[in-house]
Amino acid sequence: MTDYILLLIGTVLVNNFVLVQFLGLCPFMGVSSKTETAIGMSFATTFVMTLASLLSYLITTYLLVPLNLEYLTTMSFILVIAVVVQFTEMVVHKTSSNLYRLLGIFLPLITTNCAVLGVALLNLRLQHNFLESIIYGFGAAAGFSLVLIMFSAMREKLANADVPSPFKGAAIAMITAGLMSLAFMGFSGLVKL
Amino acid sequence: MINILIAIAILGIISALFGALLGYASVKYHVQGDPIVEQLDALLPQTQCGQCGYPGCKPYAEAVANGELINKCAPGGEDTIKKIADLMGVEVQPLDESHEQDSSSNGPKVAFIIEADCIGCTKCIQACPVDAIMGAAKQMHTVIADECTGCDLCVAPCPVDCIEMREIPETPQSWQWDLNKIAIKQLT
Repeated sequence: MTDYILLLIGTVLVNNFVLVQFLGLCPFMGVSSKTETAIGMSFATTFVMTLASLLSYLITTYLLVPLNLEYLTTMSFILVIAVVVQFTEMVVHKTSSNLYRLLGIFLPLITTNCAVLGVALLNLRLQHNFLESIIYGFGAAAGFSLVLIMFSAMREKLANADVPSPFKGAAIAMITAGLMSLAFMGFSGLVKL
Repeated sequence: MINILIAIAILGIISALFGALLGYASVKYHVQGDPIVEQLDALLPQTQCGQCGYPGCKPYAEAVANGELINKCAPGGEDTIKKIADLMGVEVQPLDESHEQDSSSNGPKVAFIIEADCIGCTKCIQACPVDAIMGAAKQMHTVIADECTGCDLCVAPCPVDCIEMREIPETPQSWQWDLNKIAIKQLT
């Protein structure tokens, strides 16, 4: 039990996917200009990541490994992710057309979010079992959501700040992301896996 | 050789399964029309006045959903623009000058019929999109001020030019603070 909690904390804070492993930076910069959109994106990504890591674990363990087809992992993972994203897009469109329009192109672009494929591949490399895979996927998504929402809140504040003109817009956002990453490096050593 | 065939078969089976799942989901979660257009249409004043350049409120709602500017509805005024901006998640824009009823004042207006000049032609009654003009043929007409949206569509058809747009006098109920007129500057 302790192992699972440590794995979750370790994934969210210590090995944060965005700020420590530098995966999933595209939506991190792309949808962080408004907190409302960032929260919507977080929920969608959390759903996709957890479900994708679960499904990809099932496919590797029960289909690819018994048949000696490990070389098909990347291909089948991409297939899984694409399907889950499409499914999420349909559900979001049905349940909240407002959020659907706000997320716009970033919703189908979760497919190409490298963090999602990263979770599936890392699960395989770290030889996680079923429960660990789900926790790892959820933890990665929770870490992603945490920094995305924090970052968007900071960017909303920064919009009102008096930033020197060479640093306006994307430049100050990059610097903010760098400083956040530095802060998250401080968590290393909190959990030893 | 047999390995490759197995690989192709497995990938094909997975794809077919996922395809079936998506097909089922697309039927289950099918979205009728574009709900955003309905919501926008509900916000618009339904005067069908055409001042936005579209033949009515519904076509304008469709155009807004496709990215048209949100500040073209004169009868709706600032209030409607604010609601549309909230719904669409965009910034509030000031009412488009060219669609404003009268550039000298931004206050809401109602039509007023100078009754002494009215010949009872009923042309303004036919033009009114909200049935706010009362009267019969060869009888004097008058405007029900509470119903009038100030779209000024009745002004043009009047053959004797007896309709004018009058500003609604400000009451404590309709008073607006208009704080944006006070310029706030950030001092550095």
